[in-house]
Amino acid sequence: MKRVIVGAHYGLRDWLAQRVTALVMLAYTLLLVLALPRGAFTYAAWKTLFEHEWMRFASFLFAASVLIHAWIGMRNIWMDYVKHAGLRLALQIATILWLVGCGGWAMQILWRL
Amino acid sequence: MPDLTAKKKRPVWYNLSPLNLPVPGLVSIFHRASGALLFLGLVWFLFLLDMSLASEAGFARFQAYVAHPAVKLSMLVLLWAYLHHLCAGVRHLLLDIDIGVDLPTARMSAFGVFIVSLVLTALIGARLW
Repeated sequence: MKRVIVGAHYGLRDWLAQRVTALVMLAYTLLLVLALPRGAFTYAAWKTLFEHEWMRFASFLFAASVLIHAWIGMRNIWMDYVKHAGLRLALQIATILWLVGCGGWAMQILWRL
Repeated sequence: MPDLTAKKKRPVWYNLSPLNLPVPGLVSIFHRASGALLFLGLVWFLFLLDMSLASEAGFARFQAYVAHPAVKLSMLVLLWAYLHHLCAGVRHLLLDIDIGVDLPTARMSAFGVFIVSLVLTALIGARLW
């Protein structure tokens, strides 16, 4: 028997995660638009914005949501177009590593301030 | 009663060109394409954020960097991708809770996604340029 290589038990969880992370990113986008410095765009105003504890908290949630959301989306793209199981697995692993690395960089940017 | 002996014309060639898709289908494929583009742009966005928040000198370098027309154009494309993905996403969430699922409304909202995201991109782009 030829086995089809797929995962299991992630359908509803990912469906829900994609929507919850979408709402988090939507809320953060609106928050950012409201919180953006009015008037001259200077380093001081830009830095002050991201130094607030609540902004750091929100930005971290946003970054985490991007990682999960992008993972589900990219995995769906790989599953739809890449038929070779080995290549698909390699691309999926590369996507995870890439996203986790990006998440680390985002944290470093936020907490270095 | 239909004539069962009549031969159906086969093969049937469907025009699957994206230009032939109904508007909701176009929104759907653009949702995917813009998402993929945002995934690719993610690291560049982090690079920009890192530079702008690093120091006073970094901020000055950031401002000089984004003054370049090619950089501005790329940022505009990513901004459009973000806004289209966001608008299409909101439409998707509304469809999930059974709002606007009938065909005329779904077509109108799909059209609206294109209009709103393009207008917002133009407005924000004009301010940034």
